Amino acid sequence: MNPISFGTQMIRIAVPYLFAASGGVVAERAGIVSLTLEGFMLSGAFAAVLGTNYSGSPWVGVLCGILGGLIFSLIHAVATIRYRADQVVVGVAINLLAIGVTRFFLKLFFASSSNSPRVAGFGGNINAAGFDNPLLWLGLIVAPVMAFVIYKTPFGLRVRAVGEHPDAAESVGVSVKRVRYAAVALSGMLAALGGVYLALDQHQFTDQMTAGRGFIAISAVIFGRWDPIRAALACLLFAAAETLQIQLQGSHAIPSQFIEMIPYALVIIALAGVVGRAVPPAALGKVEA
Amino acid sequence: MREEGRGKGEEGEPGNQTVRALSVPPFPLPSSPVPAIRMDGIDKSFGAIRANRGASLEVLPGEIHALVGENGAGKSTLMRILGGLMKPDAGHVEVNGRDVTGWSTSEAIAAGIGIVHQHFMLVPTLSVAENLVLGAEPKSRGIVLDYKRAADDVRTLSNETGLVIAPERLISDLSVGEAQRVEILKVLFRGARILVLDEPTAVLSPPEVRELWTVLRRLRDKGDTIVLITHRLDEVVEISSTISVMRAGQTVARVKTSETTPGEIARLMVGREVSLSAGKRVQPSGRSAAPPPDQGLEVLNLSVMGSRGTRVIDNISFSVKPGEIFGIAGVEGNGQTELIEALAGLRAIFAGEILIDGTDISRSSVAQRHDAGLSHIPEDRHRRGLILEYTVANNLILGVQKDFSKRGIIDKTLVMENALREITSFDIRPPNALLAARALSGGNQQKVVVAREMGRTFSVLLASQPTRGVDVGAIEFIHQQLLEARAEGKAILLVSAELNEVLALSDRVAVMYRGKFAVVMPSSEASEEVLGEYMIGTKKGNAA
Repeated sequence: MNPISFGTQMIRIAVPYLFAASGGVVAERAGIVSLTLEGFMLSGAFAAVLGTNYSGSPWVGVLCGILGGLIFSLIHAVATIRYRADQVVVGVAINLLAIGVTRFFLKLFFASSSNSPRVAGFGGNINAAGFDNPLLWLGLIVAPVMAFVIYKTPFGLRVRAVGEHPDAAESVGVSVKRVRYAAVALSGMLAALGGVYLALDQHQFTDQMTAGRGFIAISAVIFGRWDPIRAALACLLFAAAETLQIQLQGSHAIPSQFIEMIPYALVIIALAGVVGRAVPPAALGKVEA
Repeated sequence: MREEGRGKGEEGEPGNQTVRALSVPPFPLPSSPVPAIRMDGIDKSFGAIRANRGASLEVLPGEIHALVGENGAGKSTLMRILGGLMKPDAGHVEVNGRDVTGWSTSEAIAAGIGIVHQHFMLVPTLSVAENLVLGAEPKSRGIVLDYKRAADDVRTLSNETGLVIAPERLISDLSVGEAQRVEILKVLFRGARILVLDEPTAVLSPPEVRELWTVLRRLRDKGDTIVLITHRLDEVVEISSTISVMRAGQTVARVKTSETTPGEIARLMVGREVSLSAGKRVQPSGRSAAPPPDQGLEVLNLSVMGSRGTRVIDNISFSVKPGEIFGIAGVEGNGQTELIEALAGLRAIFAGEILIDGTDISRSSVAQRHDAGLSHIPEDRHRRGLILEYTVANNLILGVQKDFSKRGIIDKTLVMENALREITSFDIRPPNALLAARALSGGNQQKVVVAREMGRTFSVLLASQPTRGVDVGAIEFIHQQLLEARAEGKAILLVSAELNEVLALSDRVAVMYRGKFAVVMPSSEASEEVLGEYMIGTKKGNAA
């Protein structure tokens, strides 16, 4: 197995996870459950293809993708923060909504029920492993940037406070709602970028193209114990497992299904407390009275 | 807010009218200085519950003002309105002569109001400095939080006030006393000149309380205004200069501390005469001979592991004889909770033996321990004592439902009969067996738990914080029940954070410190001062 081709393939697989997990970390640290990452990614992917298709510029596609994720995250935020709906239930609904909405517009704009036409993208050169793709570079630095935001800025301090003890934050004049809106919106935009990368990398949108990547990302968040850097390392680990599975295809040494299980098995192990205790933010998922 | 919401039971009491007549005394009008706080005609309802009805408060600048009243009297609601956490339905709020009715939290903070909440408003996963600057973070280069400046500011304030604490420590690593220090620092950090402290001593050991008084006096001498919410009358008398008394959402009196007595304050709070000291009035009845040696509760070399893998109970042995109350005092978190849980069967033991009337129950289930004669009043009635959504009648048969069943089906008639009997004998108010437990005041909820646990057949009773968050009247009643059980020859293990409760009720007292008994002595030889030394570990005693 060629280590360079392994590494580049792993990174290309990891990038959508890195974006989505960074978004997941910030929302969950603020106390909002991030089951929605899948939906945000899917909406981002579709909006990016739509924007690129009509403008011809992938950069416009990126902006449209971010906007798509933002819209879905605001739906989530309004339902869970303003109307205090159960975050898990709304999260599931958002994911289903994203599937339905993208499928509907796929039919409407591209008259297809399976995929969009081919659109422009970034650096199509596969042999250079797509490293001329600016989104890929962005994906590699997003986790350190989010670590800086969460640990070194006033906004990050407020996010952490709001996710642990919202009453304490409120008592010192921090608006819990405003911080949570901002965190969910940020998570929507970041996760959408994961979808954007995916779609522009493949130069098209296909129905349900995120295929559970949002759930892998949320697994990485938990496995990384809600820390951006550790979550990013988990993303890389999961991507490595996936790369391994692809490269082992045909060898039949290990059934590929076992390798596909790795992320989920690791999360169960992590939650069972084998690798240090996984303590989620105290206010995660709680509906305020 | 929820605490206050339970004041409902008191509304229909006939006694109300008379007391209102007694207590609408004209408040002495402030002569010269503009009051620091003036609240007038405050109404606030939560659904059907009227937490405040025409409540008033007037606090002069530079004084320590005690706001007293039973649980559910509306004190916290009034202070939340002052702090901008909620808006009044009616009434006026003035701070330093300015009408600020219905202002927001941030406006209140900006105007120098600082509320130290009963339940600490600190984020446990953040450092001291992070908690202090939260919401008003110093920045460098526009977006970066300036941690160095935050820590320096904390140190400066620490030196000014004498509230010393290292800025980089995590809140979760602090003791309760230290956490409270941070709470006070936090409001001072925001420039508070009017401090409201909600039950600040509830979790402190006597030396920590003394330290708090020193700090408060220093702040007062500096010119700050302090409102102290409490229901401990000895504290009120010791520290305050003026007292406002609230009952059932109304302010029933405002008096100078020097012109009143604890007895009078208690009467104003409850609306009738109460005896302040429990006293062992009930003598053990006709039990001249010593009980057989193996009766009661016997604990041998008990060790219990905590969640972090340390020994939270470290090789403790003791016994409680029939007709004896054995009291355990100590600062919370020294193993009392774990001890009770281990005895009740809610926590696995690491080593040792537990015997009830000579039967080893060390590995028995909760139900088996019940059958062996153990009864348990848990420290947290919401978590362990009650199912809040259940009716009073159903709560009264929790754990003993088998006795009220025929062929596996609960007999409603029996349940109701039992409920009515207990409601009468324990004076549970309102006397409605079909009301959800949630609708009762804290004191009446506790009576339900006590009624159930003392109504069953038992020989050993674990009473953990039996009067926590309970009003004066109910405290008196529960104490009486414990003393009667003692007189009937029950063995009672009492754990309480209230030192005077332990002293008043127990025959022997022990102080728990870091999972061991620092001392065991007859309560006749004990005093708050002596036990206080053991509680904070400055004195090590006779018991291993």
